[in-house]
Amino acid sequence: MRLAFVFWFGLLVLWASPVWAEEPSAEVNTLLEQLTEAGLRETQPILERLASSGDEAVVLPLFQTLLDGDLYYRRSDGRLLVETDVDGDDHYVDYFSGEDYGELGRREQSKVRINNSLRGYLSEAIARMQLSHEDPAVRTAAVRSLLDDLDENTVSLLAEARAGESHREVRQALDLALAMYTAEQGENSAARITAIQDLSESLETDVRNLLFQLSEYSDDGGVKAAAAEAMQAIDQKVTFYGYVDQLFFGLSLGSVLLLAAIGLAITFGVMGVINMAHGEMLMLGAYTTYVVQLMMPNMINQSLWVAIPMAFLVAGSVGILIERCVIRFLHGRPLETLLATFGISLILQQTVRTVFSPLNRRVASPDWMSGSWEINPVLSLTYNRLTILIFAVVVFVALLLIMKKTSLGLQVRAVSQNRAMAKAMGIKTDWVDALTFGLGSGIAGIGGVALSQLTNVGPNLGQSYIIDSFMVVVFGGVGNLLGTLVAAFTLGIANKFMEPVTGTVLASILVLVFIILFIQKRPKGLFPQRGRAAE
Amino acid sequence: MSILRSVLSRQPAGQRVLPFVVILFGVTVLASLGNLLVPESSSLHVSTYTITLLGKYLSYAMLALAVDVVWGYCGILSLGHGAFFALGGYAMGMYLMRQIGDRGVYGHPTLPDFMVFLNWDSLPWYWFGMDQFWFAMIMVALVPGVLAFVFGALAFRSRVSGVYLSIITQALTYALMLAFFRNEMGFGGNNGLTDFKDILGFSLQSDGTRVALFIATAVLLALVYGVSQWILGSRFGKVIEAVRDGEARVRFLGYRTDRYKVWLFVYSAMIAGLAGALYVPQVGIINPGEFAPLNSIEVVVWVAVGGRGTLYGAVLGAILVNYAKTRFTALLPDGWLFALGALFLLVTLFLPKGLAGLYGQVREGLNRHSNTPATAEETTP
Repeated sequence: MRLAFVFWFGLLVLWASPVWAEEPSAEVNTLLEQLTEAGLRETQPILERLASSGDEAVVLPLFQTLLDGDLYYRRSDGRLLVETDVDGDDHYVDYFSGEDYGELGRREQSKVRINNSLRGYLSEAIARMQLSHEDPAVRTAAVRSLLDDLDENTVSLLAEARAGESHREVRQALDLALAMYTAEQGENSAARITAIQDLSESLETDVRNLLFQLSEYSDDGGVKAAAAEAMQAIDQKVTFYGYVDQLFFGLSLGSVLLLAAIGLAITFGVMGVINMAHGEMLMLGAYTTYVVQLMMPNMINQSLWVAIPMAFLVAGSVGILIERCVIRFLHGRPLETLLATFGISLILQQTVRTVFSPLNRRVASPDWMSGSWEINPVLSLTYNRLTILIFAVVVFVALLLIMKKTSLGLQVRAVSQNRAMAKAMGIKTDWVDALTFGLGSGIAGIGGVALSQLTNVGPNLGQSYIIDSFMVVVFGGVGNLLGTLVAAFTLGIANKFMEPVTGTVLASILVLVFIILFIQKRPKGLFPQRGRAAE
Repeated sequence: MSILRSVLSRQPAGQRVLPFVVILFGVTVLASLGNLLVPESSSLHVSTYTITLLGKYLSYAMLALAVDVVWGYCGILSLGHGAFFALGGYAMGMYLMRQIGDRGVYGHPTLPDFMVFLNWDSLPWYWFGMDQFWFAMIMVALVPGVLAFVFGALAFRSRVSGVYLSIITQALTYALMLAFFRNEMGFGGNNGLTDFKDILGFSLQSDGTRVALFIATAVLLALVYGVSQWILGSRFGKVIEAVRDGEARVRFLGYRTDRYKVWLFVYSAMIAGLAGALYVPQVGIINPGEFAPLNSIEVVVWVAVGGRGTLYGAVLGAILVNYAKTRFTALLPDGWLFALGALFLLVTLFLPKGLAGLYGQVREGLNRHSNTPATAEETTP
């Protein structure tokens, strides 16, 4: 429904933009002149004549503007104006030509005034015109917007529309509206009960409200029972879609965890380096997105495609730098590595705080990631979460292919299994170490790009993910990429399903406690390495 | 004092408790006299602010000692000791909160202000008894001890060690932080416990109480130092050190290494709790921020700077780093995290034994210098 509304609204905006309408016909023009001069009582007949003029392309947007209270006219010559916001000032723009007259004083313009009865007339006229509009989406939206206030007039309008309607979706919407009316006001209880049974298929909130009314207050016992039954059926469906919704949010959280942890699965999982600065690699990726957007302010949609490789390069090169300067000296001393990389994370955080200020920064999302996919009235999936879910899986598959199919992946696995032997076979272990660490850090940077689309970007971004990331990797089994995938989604879904029962904070505490207990039981994670790789 | 003397006499020759205690007492007595007897106009006067600061450093030193006992001597790197410290602090804070009585903003005779604010009718069960000093003091040691026992028993029995253990201790303190931030927990939520009035009937604002708290901290630190030295010098301590150097070997020799580790961990957690309890009345507040993983990891760096595996190193490191922090944050507030980060790096890369090991490191370097002049510049491994 929201999608339809956006579409419908978009159409209106299109009409309302400066090239909105062709000049009206002579007849309409005269009527419009009369409109500016008429008193409130004389307005309705003029509007009625406008509506019957047949010039819908002009009249429909005009009525809408009038209903919104944005229609003005110039006192001097009666030109119709629209009040619009230009850089914070109220400008008056010619309704037809789109010419900007700038700010007009009170004496120069006047509002075309309407009252409540006119508003009622306007809404109905708009609905009538929309019901016969050529675009089915507009027609459906018009029917939907009428659902919450059905009376004889609108119903006869709808019945009329139903008779001539051929589009399936519009017909369904019309049937729904008519069934609602029958259920509420039908002549005999048999007809009402049939209508109610038809309604039990629908998930509209208006329908549910109506059924609730009927089941509580109806005088007719049969209708009351039928309404209660229908409501139960609807509630069952709503509960089911509620679970689907939770599942989606769980998958979404899982994808965030996966993006946060996947780089760590390389550096910690495969290389065995405890990188406490991993969270800061995410942060660097997020800040790269922010900087790229600053550099191309007019191309937000495209900037993301630039940001992804940039984030990989920035975080990756910082990672290689860290590996070359610090980590290689601490080989085989995990606790020292932990402390040193923690020091690095503090330095990186403070650097970002000094360069970008400690305040959070907002990263704009491209257009195609905003909005949501409306599946039915109770279930809608937001596009940004959907995109990130897909993105996470794509990144994961890419990484898996790198590790399994390329010679770099082969060398990495060889070095992590037996460093001395790998070296003896001619693998440059130093070089492989640096590249692997760079790869893990770069992937974390890409994860940061995705995170920047969900939350604000700040110096503490990394810190809030570091513990979760370690938990995911440890839970999934160190050195096992697939385990990381399963662990991330399991934890995400578990978290989201617990939230309604326990609240957000308690859910994350419970998940932490669960993992702590789990590690006690299975220290090697869900999918421990077996065979030679385990050594 | 007879306990102390027996402790002192039993300590092994390697590390002396006596010099440490003498220096500590000297500083304590001088600072206290400087505050109480020397008039404020004199240049020898020690301000109450300094006394409180010193007291704070000493309670940090005790926390560092607790971390050193498990990390330096047993190789268990705990990134969650801040949790035990904060739990001890909360136990003390609850006692101090009950002492406010009806002098709170809302004037309720038993309920602390934040509970009145949340419209609670009565104290939650875990607040009962906290108005008794002795009971609160038992809780100061018992709560961290029990948590450490449960956690340690689970972790060490299933042989979680090394980095894994470090990360789950960090997760532990993180989970506790999240929990204590919740108002429903009954510990004051975000704001924690504060606005304390008096302890054992003495006003917390008066100079005398402040000095007394400082002296108490110093005495307890000396006591804990002695006891730790005694424990580590005993048979038990020898096994602990052996576990650090080769756990599997010790296990094969027939020792139940997990039990040794659990009890050491419990002991360490109790010291951390005691340190927290001494810290809270001196700074006047305890809030969930104390559970933050960063705090716990800072303690590790104190120990690393001072030199792990030596008790005086831990104390020295805690005092030095915190003194540097006080000075640094006054001069250059933004610079502290840079300095702390650099400290982490420098110590792990160049000073693996900390300041306490610096002497040995330099001597080794000089020896090498006289033997092989070619590598003269390299004093670090």
